Amino acid sequence: MGGVFIRAVELILKGNREVLFIASTSLRFALTSTVLATVCALPLGLFLSLSPFKGKKLIIVLMNSLMALPTVVIGLLVYSFISKNAPFGNLGLLFSPGAIIIGQLLLAFPIIASLIYSALSNRDPSLPETLDTLGIWGIRKYFIIIMEAKTAVLSALLSGFGRVIGEVGVSMMLGGNIRWYTRTITTTIALETSKGNFELALALGIILIVISLSINFLLHVGFRDA
Amino acid sequence: MSQSCKNFILAAAVFFLSQSFLFSVGTTENPRHLKLATTTSTENSGLLDVLLPVFEKETGIKVDVIAVGTGKALALGENGDVDIIMVHARAREDTFVEQGFGVDRHDLMHNDFVILGPENDPAEIKGLGNAAEAFKRISSSKSSFISRADDSGTNIKEKCLWQEAGISPSGTWYKEAGQGMGAVIIMANDMEAYTLSDRGTYLSMRDKTDLVILSEGDRRLFNPYGIIAVNPEKHDGINFEDAEKLINFLTSKEGQRIIKNYKKNGQQLFYPDVIE
Repeated sequence: MGGVFIRAVELILKGNREVLFIASTSLRFALTSTVLATVCALPLGLFLSLSPFKGKKLIIVLMNSLMALPTVVIGLLVYSFISKNAPFGNLGLLFSPGAIIIGQLLLAFPIIASLIYSALSNRDPSLPETLDTLGIWGIRKYFIIIMEAKTAVLSALLSGFGRVIGEVGVSMMLGGNIRWYTRTITTTIALETSKGNFELALALGIILIVISLSINFLLHVGFRDA
Repeated sequence: MSQSCKNFILAAAVFFLSQSFLFSVGTTENPRHLKLATTTSTENSGLLDVLLPVFEKETGIKVDVIAVGTGKALALGENGDVDIIMVHARAREDTFVEQGFGVDRHDLMHNDFVILGPENDPAEIKGLGNAAEAFKRISSSKSSFISRADDSGTNIKEKCLWQEAGISPSGTWYKEAGQGMGAVIIMANDMEAYTLSDRGTYLSMRDKTDLVILSEGDRRLFNPYGIIAVNPEKHDGINFEDAEKLINFLTSKEGQRIIKNYKKNGQQLFYPDVIE
């Protein structure tokens, strides 16, 4: 097994074209879905933290339980909506990058939304009033509130990213593991291990570990004092 | 951590995110895509990696290969989720065409199935030319057998052979893996078990396994591959035009020659059906 490990490191250091392509595909899908999920989650988190209303608790409980939804269940749900005979079948999304991004967006959204909500709830409670008194309102008011908690918001985003970069269920079911198209780090590891090609699988595993470690480093060292 | 350092990380993160976002949007302009559902045996053997780039270069059509079992490939075709399928289960293929889901079925190539097992051969099937008899001995000696159990062409053939042997396999010796051909060979290798494999996948993995061919040559172990375009009248948006082009290419002299010349570990894996 030691020899396999050395050959895997060689694959990375030599900049093997396929390894690089797969790694960048994974990053692209994960980053796009995380950014889109954040765009959806920010208004919701802001709304939840600013206005008390009936049923708010329910939404938060729902968000927290969705955080733990298995990736294959999300994959299955999306699949049943975008397969040819399904409501959105005519869009031709199944087995395309778009399908993966939709699935990953749904994976990341609950995490990012609830973490943003708790980040924004921890602010100084008098901040909105202060802004009102200063005559700052609308988009600018919300922008300032978010910026006050920017590090916590960023760490919410990174947590969402961490969830999607390592998932295999959605990418496999919705992307179809198509070479040079929808093949990601995790689906390649599954495929190459099944073929007995441990070098390539291990090389991508190492890249994935490095990505996860960097995220955790950013989360716990970079943003700790936020 | 100092404020300037934090700002730097923030700026870098924002820059990186926006770049990657633009990049991903910018690369969504697609060439023509043709979705091909095929079996794990053709994908795992590496044949498609030499066959399809030639076609893609000649036509500019990008073939998206989705490697699943034959049963799933047929289901994807029925559902209209792919444009063309390449599978190996003749009876099921004919039903698929009869029911109007597929048109223009062509014989493409063939090889054969082999029964693999550990060198010490506890069920004593070595050299048996009768596959059903070999299955009987595996079952009566309760030697481990790993089934694909994924409704693939190989799995369909395996079920046929159990039926012909008059056995409905069950018990701890019969292990249903639910995985592709490569994975099952690796499992059988680790567990010193018997399994049924197509010869192509086995030959392509010979350097990764200690399993040996113990029974071969039964006429029932013939393994023909067919290619079928999905009927464009059943669903909207089926890429029938490019599916026809792929069929024409694969059954052309050039395509058949590539199939014939494809070797792994010095051995030919598939035999073309259109030219000899």
